[in-house]
Amino acid sequence: MVRKNPNHIKSLGIDRFFDVLVYVLATVAFLIILLPLINVVVCSFSGGRAVQTGKVLLWPKDTTLDAYKMVFEYRDIWIGYRNTIYYTVVGTLLNIVFTTLMAYPLSRRQLRGRAFIMRILVFTMMFSGGLIPNYLLVKNLHLINTSWALWLPGLISVYNVIVMRTYFQTTIPDELLEAAQIDGCSNWAFLLRVVLPVSKAILAVMVLLYAVGHWNTYFNAMLYLSDKKKYPLQIFLRDILISTDIDMSSMTGSNVQEMLRRKEMQIIMKYALIVVSSVPILIAYPFVQKYLVKGVMIGSVKG
Amino acid sequence: MKKKQKNASKAWIRRDWDLYLMLILPMVYIIVFKYVPMYGVQIAFRDYNVFKGMSKSPFVGFKYFKQFFGSTELPKLVGNTLKISIYGLFAGMIFPIILALVLNYLGLLRYKKIVQTVTYAPYFISTTVMVSMILQFLAWDSGPVNQILQKLGSSQIDFLGDPKKFVHLYVWSGIWQYTGYNAIIYIATLSSVDPTYHEAAVVDGATKFWRIWHIDLPCIKSTIIILMIMSLGGTLSTGFEKIYLMQNNMNLRASEVIDTYVYKIGIASPIANYSYPTAIGLFQSLVGMFMIILANTFAKRIGEESLW
Repeated sequence: MVRKNPNHIKSLGIDRFFDVLVYVLATVAFLIILLPLINVVVCSFSGGRAVQTGKVLLWPKDTTLDAYKMVFEYRDIWIGYRNTIYYTVVGTLLNIVFTTLMAYPLSRRQLRGRAFIMRILVFTMMFSGGLIPNYLLVKNLHLINTSWALWLPGLISVYNVIVMRTYFQTTIPDELLEAAQIDGCSNWAFLLRVVLPVSKAILAVMVLLYAVGHWNTYFNAMLYLSDKKKYPLQIFLRDILISTDIDMSSMTGSNVQEMLRRKEMQIIMKYALIVVSSVPILIAYPFVQKYLVKGVMIGSVKG
Repeated sequence: MKKKQKNASKAWIRRDWDLYLMLILPMVYIIVFKYVPMYGVQIAFRDYNVFKGMSKSPFVGFKYFKQFFGSTELPKLVGNTLKISIYGLFAGMIFPIILALVLNYLGLLRYKKIVQTVTYAPYFISTTVMVSMILQFLAWDSGPVNQILQKLGSSQIDFLGDPKKFVHLYVWSGIWQYTGYNAIIYIATLSSVDPTYHEAAVVDGATKFWRIWHIDLPCIKSTIIILMIMSLGGTLSTGFEKIYLMQNNMNLRASEVIDTYVYKIGIASPIANYSYPTAIGLFQSLVGMFMIILANTFAKRIGEESLW
């Protein structure tokens, strides 16, 4: 079946070239990803003048914590931080409960109407009402300017339901349920006492995916929230990071020196803000990254 | 006989009633939040009036679809959307495969792990932070990219104000952010390739290039096709968050896409006209569904892996 290669010496040469190529490519990918991240962190610790004139690349210049001091004094950011933690914790909890309640019954092969329900679910992945009907729904349910507007529209991800269902199907043998049922164990008890304890890996993946979604999104908040006190962090970040001028208006006297200084401070504050807003994810990252791989692998199993 | 059947039909209810109980709340949710908006797309065919409500608003048929197909915005919107999504689809497809193959052949396992961990870290960066990073790096005066260009003797480049550069910026920053994450699925598939294939090939003196072409690629082919089919459904939707943040008055000619346009005329506009953007959204949804079905049928026809 396999073609014979008559020239071993030549092939060895090619393979050596291949090995080198693989290391070169891996290192290039590694550096392309890593260097911009390093630059962000380094800039956040550097002096404004040096950053503004583009002198800071991979090593801090005029090292200072000024940018972080400014971030810590910025009240809006902490309001946003608190709100985002609240939206993320409660939202993820709701996601997990609802996804599990849907995935577990669908993982039981004997359930009647299972295929029909799956079809109803999968159809929503291919077709949706679109932005305006969804917006009108939230509006008509009087959820505007409430936390529910952030939690409900994405409460169940059908994709995640399928991943979780597949996991239950492949890890929990039917015999286990049958044995439990003979002992008089209900499906609820079985789910809580048997299924969930052995499904920590998939629960971790789900928490990760949903939580990152809640932490990172700004669109729903922009659509549905009008009260500034309720804004999540990402909305404040958008206002500070993307809009070009912040509190230039509140400046007294149009001193050119002062304006330049402010511009410099703004730049390093942006870098510090990027770091501060990413800290929770950076802390969680080493713990969850192995689950991430697992989750994607389960998702790739065709259910 | 009949009694027996009746008993049997009761048996599955008695056995599974608590499973149905679990499903009630999630199903109510799916119907309210997924299917009610689908019913709501009928405002695309009506002159929707907020005070009259949906069913009392006058029926106007395809008025808003005709308006969209006749509008001067259409070529620009659809053109930009297609350019961004198809370019992104193909460029975004290749790099995760290359990265996965590279990682698969790295001998040093520790190095492989480090590279992998670093490459999928950007997946966790939020859109706001990502766009802000793009703005900072490419800034005209202080951005490191322009600084390096100047040192190399080239002139500064206005990356964000040039409509021609927008699509490249958008797509390549996406590749930077998602290649590592998208590679995971291929890495997983590659690691499950039966090692005896490779052993046999090694015994026969096959080169590593040959092994990639004849063993690894055929093994990930079905994954590639499935992902391709799924992403073809998004040909007319680019997503909203990132594009909206990258837009500015100078690049709007190249950066206005269907998703951002629908938001602007439907929700951000002071005069709320809901019917027209709903019609555009419906068109977008239908094309997406059509593309998935088309791609799936094609994959089936040529005897490849398909979604159903």
